[in-house]
Amino acid sequence: MTVTMPEPDAAVLGRRARIVAALRRIVPGEGVIAAEREMKSYETDGLTAYRQLPMVVVLPDTVAQVAQVLRYCHDEGIRVVPRGAGTSLSGGALPLADGVLLSMAKFKRIKEIDFDNRVAVVEPGVTNLAISQAVAQDGFYYAPDPSSQIACTIGGNVAENSGGVHCLKYGMTTNNLLGCEIVLITGEVLRLGGRHLDSGGYDLLGIVTGSEGLLGVVTEVTVRLLKKPETARAMLIGFPASEDAGACVAAIIGAGIIPAGMEMMDRPAIHAAEEFVHAGYPLDVEALLIVEFDGPAAEVDYLIERVRSLAGDCKAATVAVSRDEQERNLFWAGRKAAFPAVGRISPDYYCMDGTIPRAKLSLVLKRMREMSETYGLRCANVFHAGDGNLHPLILYDANTPGELERAEAFGSDILKLCVEVGGVLTGEHGVGVEKRDLMPVMFNAADLDHQQRLKCAFDDKGLLNPGKVFPTLHRCAELGRMHVSNGQLPFPDIPRF
Amino acid sequence: MSDIFKPRDDKDLEAIIQAALSRDTVLEVIGAGTKRTIGRPVQAGATLDISGLSGVTLYEPNELVLTARAGTPLAVIEEAIAATGQQLAFEPIDYAAVLGTPRGAATLGGVLACNLSGPRRLCAGAARDHFLGFSAVSGRGETFKSGGRVVKNVTGYDLCKLMAGSWGTLAVMTDVTIKVLPRPETEETVLALGLAPADAVKAMTAIMGSRCEASGAAHLPAHVALRTTAGKHHAPVTAIRIDGVAPSVAHRVREAREILGVFAPDGATLSGTASTEFWTAVRHVLPFAATGKAERPLWRISVPPSAAAKVADDICGALGGEAMWDWAGGLIWIECLPVENAGAGIVRRAIREAGGHATLIRAPAALRATVDVFQDDAAPVAALSRRIKQGFDPKGVLNPGRMWAGV
Repeated sequence: MTVTMPEPDAAVLGRRARIVAALRRIVPGEGVIAAEREMKSYETDGLTAYRQLPMVVVLPDTVAQVAQVLRYCHDEGIRVVPRGAGTSLSGGALPLADGVLLSMAKFKRIKEIDFDNRVAVVEPGVTNLAISQAVAQDGFYYAPDPSSQIACTIGGNVAENSGGVHCLKYGMTTNNLLGCEIVLITGEVLRLGGRHLDSGGYDLLGIVTGSEGLLGVVTEVTVRLLKKPETARAMLIGFPASEDAGACVAAIIGAGIIPAGMEMMDRPAIHAAEEFVHAGYPLDVEALLIVEFDGPAAEVDYLIERVRSLAGDCKAATVAVSRDEQERNLFWAGRKAAFPAVGRISPDYYCMDGTIPRAKLSLVLKRMREMSETYGLRCANVFHAGDGNLHPLILYDANTPGELERAEAFGSDILKLCVEVGGVLTGEHGVGVEKRDLMPVMFNAADLDHQQRLKCAFDDKGLLNPGKVFPTLHRCAELGRMHVSNGQLPFPDIPRF
Repeated sequence: MSDIFKPRDDKDLEAIIQAALSRDTVLEVIGAGTKRTIGRPVQAGATLDISGLSGVTLYEPNELVLTARAGTPLAVIEEAIAATGQQLAFEPIDYAAVLGTPRGAATLGGVLACNLSGPRRLCAGAARDHFLGFSAVSGRGETFKSGGRVVKNVTGYDLCKLMAGSWGTLAVMTDVTIKVLPRPETEETVLALGLAPADAVKAMTAIMGSRCEASGAAHLPAHVALRTTAGKHHAPVTAIRIDGVAPSVAHRVREAREILGVFAPDGATLSGTASTEFWTAVRHVLPFAATGKAERPLWRISVPPSAAAKVADDICGALGGEAMWDWAGGLIWIECLPVENAGAGIVRRAIREAGGHATLIRAPAALRATVDVFQDDAAPVAALSRRIKQGFDPKGVLNPGRMWAGV
């Protein structure tokens, strides 16, 4: 693809053999991988269009090893790319040719489950789903549920501030963390937060969450556990027009109802999903809403009836309510399989992730249909309707010359449109390399400079995951310089008292 | 008397900070000034008062978002959203009562800059969890923005988290966007009477580990509860707030009663205004209002709930004074007797093992100049905080030293 990564440092590459040997002294045995064949599985993440072999892969076992590896890289001026399960959809774990790929895959322990304080303390390589499974017997769970939750790790979730279909009601990763331990590029180990709420000083835990591996390497995470709701039921509501579905979402929220999840699919997505999993989706509608409620049965039943009535007012063509857990799972199966379902009807697809103010949905869908014609590429839409997070899937064939480039151009037009209508470039997948060069669409130079000044406080040599998030890298010395007028600016003519 | 600068618009604000930079003038940043006495006293050459930047600029109830100028009074915001049945789910505390400042005057910018929250923080998150975007002028005299006006966004670093709880030491916000949420249709408060603090924490833990979905869990000793609508029971009160749609509330109130019954034979219920007034008292810490006892230090302590009873016992045992617990035990308010250094050493020792933080909310200026008001972090964390301050306010013109010396 077309993204330019930082120029590999020839001096570092020239010292490769010595660097590999030094890393082997820190992480003995099989924890250092330097053979090209064995490094192959690390060359990409969930954004497979981008590939790059790292200089060397390191899989430490202990926090002390992580700290030593990072300190060594800091002292030697070697770039480091941290990696969890490698499920990033924005290329967050894309290696660098002259960089150490630091895999946290061996940190798989659930260290403590503390029901009195309703927290679990886990290592970063534990998968998202494994946390919920570990506490399921006691009726608890961890709320954020990204679609990749079987595979993605909690360390990666912290780095990306992952969401999921239930974050409208339960929040994203950042709202469900109490503490973490991170190692800075200098090798310093910092404990942020704990088992208590909020920070007594700057909210460093909040800053690290969603920082895409640019600020530190997460070595331990303390997550908040919630009691599993008594019951959950889902509604399938079909609409003759996407405008009606959008109006229904607004009506539900306007009525003071916050469902546990509220998803929308457009006609191409409905058809692809139905053909794939036979979830019983209506095929003669333009838009389908899945609305889920959880809680006590009395509450769920009551809210379902209220939404049924609101849906009727919004011209719903079909309404179905899950009768049991099996049927609820079936309703979701189509939505959860939407990406692979689209994968079956097209050789390749490109998944976007913008967020828009929901009131702009009709406009955005209309403009996307126009773009689809202009670019000659089909597009299917799945949508976290409650919070305005769009996932347009652009269908293309990488083997047809020019289609990949057209798909990318189409995608970037969609994201620009999201920003134009008051939205943002990414709702949950992260900027990574994928949206890096679009950052100036949303942020001006001063905005990006202030973000990079935060980076400088954590990593003043810019060694941790460079080439991600920021389109232009500035040296910290340059960002730190103050341009203060020597002429003793007078206080302006402003009301003073 | 030092100057007070009151910008009329963003351009004024930028010019003031640039002038302060060029003249090495330290600015004390205030909204309505209701929390000026929290923190180490700032030796400022001038006051920067942003209360002139006021007004709601965007409110989309169906999108759950509101944008306002940072100097907009919280009372104005809460009134505007109440009209459409919405609320700030983080229930920010108004420090007016405990500090003896004007009620309802605090600004939205101040609430966010100090990351204020109340009883519902337990289930709904703090101010930082509802803070979606802002525009600000940093201590470099440059305007910058972060976040957006949608509820789901991971574009770039989450600088809203950095602003929340930075007490005006990094940048001066001009516009802020927050998430607003529907106000529950009905609420009821279930009380357990007569529990000692340790048993009360156990009872609240049982509630939080159940499916009651409590939106408030507080414990007030008898003489503290006297100053609330639960006072007529003349007993320690453990209060659980259940809210939502009526059929759900009825069901969960039954469940909460059953659970509390295991711990305390005596119970009661607060409904309607008795319930809302009780939680207003907890939210704004009205039992520890400054009236007549402004000289008593007030500590705000966040700890893991399992440590809550012991921490309070250790502190009150050594210093004398009264405690009340919010957040199912995780938040302890302690009003102690006027002792040397407000008992800072004892307070910090008491929380060291469990982990957490303590902030000295009310104390005379002379004391605040010599005692750490905010939690003293471990050395590498403190050093990182200093580097962040250096990045955003290198010359230290915005509230320098308010949180810690050198920040």
